[in-house]
Order: sequence, then structure tokens, then C-alpha cells
Amino acid sequence: MKTFFAVLTVVAGIIGVWYLACVPMNIKGVLDAAEREGEQVTPATAKERRDASALGLVANNRFAMTRVWSVDRPRLPAPHQVAVELWQTTVEKKVTSKRSLIYHGKVTLTATLLGFGIGTLAGILLAVGIVHSKVMDMSVMPWAIVSQTIPIIALAPMIIVVLYSIGVQGLLPKAIIAAYLSFFPVVVGMVKGLRSPDHMQLDLLKTYNASTNHGFWKLRLPSSLPYLFASLKIGIAASLVGAIVGELPTGAVAGLGARLLAGSYYGQTVQIWSALFAAAILAAALVALLGLMERALLARMGVRS
Amino acid sequence: MLLVVLALLVWIAAWWLNARLANGAQAGTRAVQLLVPAIFGGTLLIVWELLVRGLGVPLVILPAPSVIAERFAGSIPILWADFSQTILKGALGGYIIGCGAAFVMAILVDRSDFLRRGLLPVGNFVAALPIVGTAPILVMWFGFDWQSKAAVVVVMVFFPMLVNTVAGLRETDQMQRDLMATYAASYWQSLFKLRLPAALPFIFNGLKISTTLALIGAIVAEFFGSPTVGMGFRISTSVGQLALDMVWAEIVVAALAGSAFYGLMAGLEKVLTFWHPSQR
Repeated sequence: MKTFFAVLTVVAGIIGVWYLACVPMNIKGVLDAAEREGEQVTPATAKERRDASALGLVANNRFAMTRVWSVDRPRLPAPHQVAVELWQTTVEKKVTSKRSLIYHGKVTLTATLLGFGIGTLAGILLAVGIVHSKVMDMSVMPWAIVSQTIPIIALAPMIIVVLYSIGVQGLLPKAIIAAYLSFFPVVVGMVKGLRSPDHMQLDLLKTYNASTNHGFWKLRLPSSLPYLFASLKIGIAASLVGAIVGELPTGAVAGLGARLLAGSYYGQTVQIWSALFAAAILAAALVALLGLMERALLARMGVRS
Repeated sequence: MLLVVLALLVWIAAWWLNARLANGAQAGTRAVQLLVPAIFGGTLLIVWELLVRGLGVPLVILPAPSVIAERFAGSIPILWADFSQTILKGALGGYIIGCGAAFVMAILVDRSDFLRRGLLPVGNFVAALPIVGTAPILVMWFGFDWQSKAAVVVVMVFFPMLVNTVAGLRETDQMQRDLMATYAASYWQSLFKLRLPAALPFIFNGLKISTTLALIGAIVAEFFGSPTVGMGFRISTSVGQLALDMVWAEIVVAALAGSAFYGLMAGLEKVLTFWHPSQR
């Protein structure tokens, strides 16, 4: 309960800072618009205002203070503008409409989930191989760890163009980038998890005359689940980033990344911010879903959390 | 066809060699532990080269490693200019500002239990978000040059670093803090002599996570607009010209820079947290 209030305070603080930041960020645009309307502005011309400090402008033109939160194309939109845009493009638009964020979100989500599925499956298989084969462990594992320090996302434009040139386009290239990004966290986490049973437990199974196969299904796999879920949460967030970035270089027409790109081309800041928040909500929902699955699964397995 | 068969043979031979080494008597020694992955990586390169040549894969799909190496060696000046624009100015500048700001913020937040309770969940939440998406906004605010890339990096590294540092400052237990109190240590004395050293493993964890994020942020931000220099710019324009050997050369630079950056932090950690169980 105490934590809840603390979080609420911090969130309120962030929103407050955001509203305050709107004032210096938007004041110049507001004053330019006011001058065009024929109102008295100090200093009078846009040229003089360009070099003036934002705070000085605010002090000289108090009347413009309240308008900074309702500009049409602001440099920094106010929170309620973003909220209104989000509401209008999700609830009030038809789901099939090209302007509906749900439509764009769905495009990105399918690529994310497909890629995440492929990446997770491949990651788990490789981890099982690494744990059971010493050769694979010694030769592949160092590269898997090193590859985590590389900005793999730099590959994204190339993957898209290469696949396009051999005739694959649409969902699959994005999914491959998403898979690639979720692959390595899953491998590293899963290997750690499959190795987590200690010697006592492994020896106990040996005294039961259990085969390697039994040891895997009854001991290693169950005890790896907490590690697996921790890396799945990282993986799905990375997958979403991959799917969004995968939409950038081709100038895709659908998807949250496409909304970001279109917004930045046409200066539609409110659209950028709402796409950004849609992506954030999607990421949070996916991570929360995995958290729920983890809790349900671990509870069924009788793990005390 | 001959080259494809050769590739298969090389693969089998190297795997057999690695299997002998890994299961042999010397498997525990450091030399073998370095040799085995080196053989594996080298084999991958050779197989890649042979397959690309043997199957006649066109340059626009996958260039052979030798072609990439040639391009790399032939365009060092361009690569260096891109490297200093993206990594040295954008990524490193943002990394220092972002991690520094998060560190100071963490020390401030740590003084208030209420703030810490509130900030940790929010920070964890933000750290999982696709923050790269702020790139178009920040490019709009700070212009096309490296300042906007540094700003993206600042936003990306801030929260992971903040969460880790705040968690690290909690690492001391009551006994240790009481001991400092019996020495009549002031807040700053106990911060510098006890709590910061105890927090170092966490701080370095945050610093290490942030290295990769910094490179990603700096490169991806260039996709949204950049001057005509920079790794992200070079990648996206070279892809447009189907000059994939140049793209791969940039990726090699990114990989080297990423590993070196991470390695630097890991090395620093080893020196500074020599006392921690994970380093012994």
C-alpha cells in the first residue's frame, strides 16, 4: 500500500515535470502564432525571439502561458493531448482503419510474437545442446556471450533488404529480426537455468539410477523455469524493439514503427508520442502477461515464491 | 560443387578436432578454453567463404568474408570518421552524461525511503520499454548532429543505470551500517567508505548493460536523420545502394566497438571489485 502511494507520487511528479517542460518548449511556436493573429508580443519579430531565452519569453508574455498546452503541432505535446490522441485512435476509430493504432499495433504485435516464438524455441534447443555437449558448450557459448555486447540491431536494415531481394517481404523479415534479438538472451538464461540444480540434487538422481533423459525432464527443466522466464521477459521486450526498428528502413506503411517514421516526416509530434505510448503499453502488457504465466506455472509446480 | 563439399569436410574436421580437445585431458586449461571457440569461429568464417564461393551467392545477398575484409581494409578513413561520429561523440558522450546523471540521481533518491519505493517500480517499468522510439522526437529537438544521438543514448541508459545503482546502495546490511555509526561516521563517510564500494557490483552491472544500449541508441537514432557521416547513416545508405560489403564492414566495426567497450567495463570491474565472490 505504501509502495502504491509512492509510485503514484513519482508518476504524478513525472507528469508535473512534463507539463512544466511544455512551457519553455512550446513558447516560441505559441508566440509566432500569436504574432500572426495580430496580438502584441514582446519582442515583436520572430527573428529577435529566436535568440531570446525561452524562460525570458515566458516572463515577457504571460498571456501566452496557458496556450502552450493546446498547440496544434507542439514541439512537446502536453500529456492530455497524447491521451486524447491515444483515445481517439484506439477506441473511436474502427479497428480496420489505417489511422487506428490498434490496427498498427496488431501488425507489429504479430511480427513480434512470431519472431519471439521462433527465437525462444531456437534458443531453448541450443541451450539444451550446450548443456549436454561439452564441445558445443566450449565452442558456441563464448560467442553467444560476446554477441550480446554487439549492437545486433544494426543488422536490421540489411536483413530486410536482403530478404526483399530474394522475394521475401512483409511479416517474415521483421519476425526474423525480432527472433534474432530474443534468441541470445534466451540461450544465456536457459543455459544458466539448466545448470542451476546443484550437485546434491544431481547425485540424488544418480542414486535413483535415473537416465540423462530422466534427469533432464524431472530435474533440469523444472528448475530452469525461473531463469527461463526472466530471460523471456527481456527477450520479448527486445523482440518488440526489433519489430519496430525493422519497420523503419523500408518505409513500411503499417505498424508502430511506420507510425513513428510517418510522424517524424510530417512533424506530427502528437502522433509520434501516441505511437510511442502504444508501443510502451504493448511492451508492458506483454511483460505482464509473461509474469502472470510464470506465476501460474510456478504455482502449479509447487514452487514457493 | 567441390567447394561446398570442401566446406562440409572442413566443418567435420574442425568439429572432430574440437571434440577431441574438449573431451581430452587438457580441457580444463586456459589455452584449450580459448582455442576451442577460436577454432569454431575460424571454421564458421571458412565455411561461409567456401559456401558463398561454391554456391555463387551474389554480392547483394551475402558477401564473402574476404570481400568484407578487403572493403574494411580499403575504407579505413571512412570507417574511422563514422566511428568517431557515432561511437566517440554520440554513444560515448551520451553514455557518460546518462550514467553520470543516473548515478547522482540514485544517490539523491537513496536518501528518501519513500522516493526509492516509488522510483524502483517505475524505473524497472521504463527500463523494459522500447525507448529507441524516442529517437525521432529527440532528433527533432536537438537537430541532426551527434547531440541528438547522445540525447537518445542518455534516455536509454538512464533507467537501467538508475535502477541498478539504487538497488546496489541497498546492499549493505544493518550490522555494517551500525558499525559505521559506532565509528561516528558521517553520511558522506559511510557513503564513500561502505555503501558505494558495496554497491560497485550492481553499478558495474548497470554500466555493462548500458554499453550495448548506448551503441544501439546511437546507431538507430541515425536512421531518423543524420549528417552525411556516421555508422547508422552509412548502413542505411549502403543498404540502399546494395553495397553490402560496406554494411558488413560497418557491422564489424560495431561488433569490435561493442565488445571492446564491454570488455573495458568488465576489466574495470575486475580491478575495482576484486573482493567480490564472483571475481575470486
